[in-house]
Amino acid sequence: MNIHEYQAKEIFRKYGIPIPPGEVATTAEEAETIARRFGTTVVVKAQVHAGGRGKAGGVKLARTSEEAKTIAAQILKLRIKGLPVEKVLVTPAADIASEAYVGIIVDRASKRAVFMASPAGGIDIEEVAAKTPEKILRHAVDPRYGLQSFEAMQLAFFLYSDMRQVRAAANILQQLYKAFSENGGSLAEINPLVTTPAGEIVALDAKMVIDDNELDRRPDIAALRDESAEDPREVEARKASLTFIKLDGNVGCVVNGAGLAMATMDLVKYYGGAPANFLDIGGSSNPEKVVAALQIITRDPNVKTILFNIFGGITRTDDVANGIVTALKQNPLKVPLVIRLTGTNEEIAVDILKENGLSAMTDMDEAVKKAVALATGGKAA
Amino acid sequence: MSVFIDKTTRLLIQGITGRDGSFHARQMIQYGTQVVGGVTPGKGGQKFDDDVPIFNTVAEAVNKTGANATVIYVPPMFAADAMMEAADAGIAFIVAITEGVPVLDMTRVYPFVKDRGSRLLGPNCPGLISPGASNIGIIPGRICTPGPVGLVSRSGTLTYEVVYQMTRANIGQTTCVGIGGDPINGTNFIDCLDAFEKDPATKAVVMIGEIGGTDEQEAARFVREKMKKPVVGFIAGQTAPPGRRMGHAGAIISGSAGTAGEKMQAFEEAGVGVAKRPVDVVELLKRAMR
Repeated sequence: MNIHEYQAKEIFRKYGIPIPPGEVATTAEEAETIARRFGTTVVVKAQVHAGGRGKAGGVKLARTSEEAKTIAAQILKLRIKGLPVEKVLVTPAADIASEAYVGIIVDRASKRAVFMASPAGGIDIEEVAAKTPEKILRHAVDPRYGLQSFEAMQLAFFLYSDMRQVRAAANILQQLYKAFSENGGSLAEINPLVTTPAGEIVALDAKMVIDDNELDRRPDIAALRDESAEDPREVEARKASLTFIKLDGNVGCVVNGAGLAMATMDLVKYYGGAPANFLDIGGSSNPEKVVAALQIITRDPNVKTILFNIFGGITRTDDVANGIVTALKQNPLKVPLVIRLTGTNEEIAVDILKENGLSAMTDMDEAVKKAVALATGGKAA
Repeated sequence: MSVFIDKTTRLLIQGITGRDGSFHARQMIQYGTQVVGGVTPGKGGQKFDDDVPIFNTVAEAVNKTGANATVIYVPPMFAADAMMEAADAGIAFIVAITEGVPVLDMTRVYPFVKDRGSRLLGPNCPGLISPGASNIGIIPGRICTPGPVGLVSRSGTLTYEVVYQMTRANIGQTTCVGIGGDPINGTNFIDCLDAFEKDPATKAVVMIGEIGGTDEQEAARFVREKMKKPVVGFIAGQTAPPGRRMGHAGAIISGSAGTAGEKMQAFEEAGVGVAKRPVDVVELLKRAMR
């Protein structure tokens, strides 16, 4: 789960990481009031779950409160990478002497949380990694002990030489590790971590991603979810316990299991079609899930045909068949439907479909070919 | 022959009285797996289906039954503890089916299990089956048949699909292993490839990967450097949009974007036959074993 910069900053602030003051506005007028209260040049920053905010015009300086109002109005009208900007963070502009990067992420290879630190902050860390990889220091943390002082110092010495700054940065790194591990993070990042002309170290930006699997035991963190900042179809899918990702094609896909779902999309492309979505109904699926899946897919006007590919294991194919029948009774389809199912309770499922004038195929390739042919009017496959 | 499990495997089921645990306990017993006990705290002394003894703790179960393997169906928030309990009780082979285990929990579980010398398979995996001998987890037994091919996969239902295609073409399996798709898991491709290479009954291996991470690329290197047996591979996610399943920062650490194309290329360079569709695995296997 993504959280906003201002939310990540609130968490970091609780751990004693130095964060400049800032307030959130949802209207231009609120932004103006906040800017007037600060009485100094401010930065107005779009709060949106997308990278490249600056390049998209979502981060701007305002010298006066009037200017803050104008700029906030502009930013609140933006869509960044398809997502609407509903909130802006207004924060006093800081004088910057240097910019560094610090971040922590769970790493598959070392099976640990790994720190990355770079004196080249303020730009995309991807860019640093590609062009000057020697400017990134990595350090895997032993989860049994956490980030020890000497480890934090090693990282901090890579960033600063002034002893006062090294100590301050080491402290920030240890606190960042705590914020990350105590709140179920899968990523925590400060970019840039700046030094001011007076030599103070301050976190100007903050980013945190929470492991979705942590949310059940962390209701306070789960409450930070901002649905207005997410794709509404993906929100709807999540509420129905489905995983849905919108794509650009016209073959709507409903599959059980992420691997089979991806393989189905790949096969649609192999036979000359284009998948309209990734949709995984997961294991032990009940009929309601299937109903929800069809609702989400049929809302996409690009969809010319719908393909079910179900391999029953934990998933009972008769549950899926019942879901299809229920969904069609509620909302008859305007596009053709191709159903492939095999596995657990297949015979029952086929009977249910037959009684309702539907038929099922057993071969994945044949089903995909048929779906592609229907979607393209017989031009492909 | 088979890898990791065989007819002599004595299995415990942690969470045997739960919804998923009880359903799959019956499936496994029916298949012929030696289920020697179950663990549900508070239900020690009872019997599951009037037959399988239930214990309060894994340590007690091991003591009374001589179990050497366990399968875990407990809810995600308790799964890490269940894995550690099993390792601490000296169980050599731990299979965790549970989906949704927090990844930071796994950063603690992995070294704990390793220090105690146990092998962990999963979490978030379908388990494994040695057709005709033992079935641990949730893989439907009837889609498998005994034979000479070892299979290892990160996926669940895609594994079923490939096994089903193989069985339909009369190509049987020594063992099918689902290692699971979580970022941190106990057993990886290389562990399984190594076991298949050493298993005299296995004549060829199928490896099914997905986008994300670099496990497949490392497995390809292992095939090139260490394996004599033919390997056939498939990668799911060729049409997946980049960056949706994996953050950029993860890619920086591994030095790879983890795309399907990258993985298929690594397979090809290692002499692994690359299937374009799941069904192509069958032809590639026939050619490899000729």
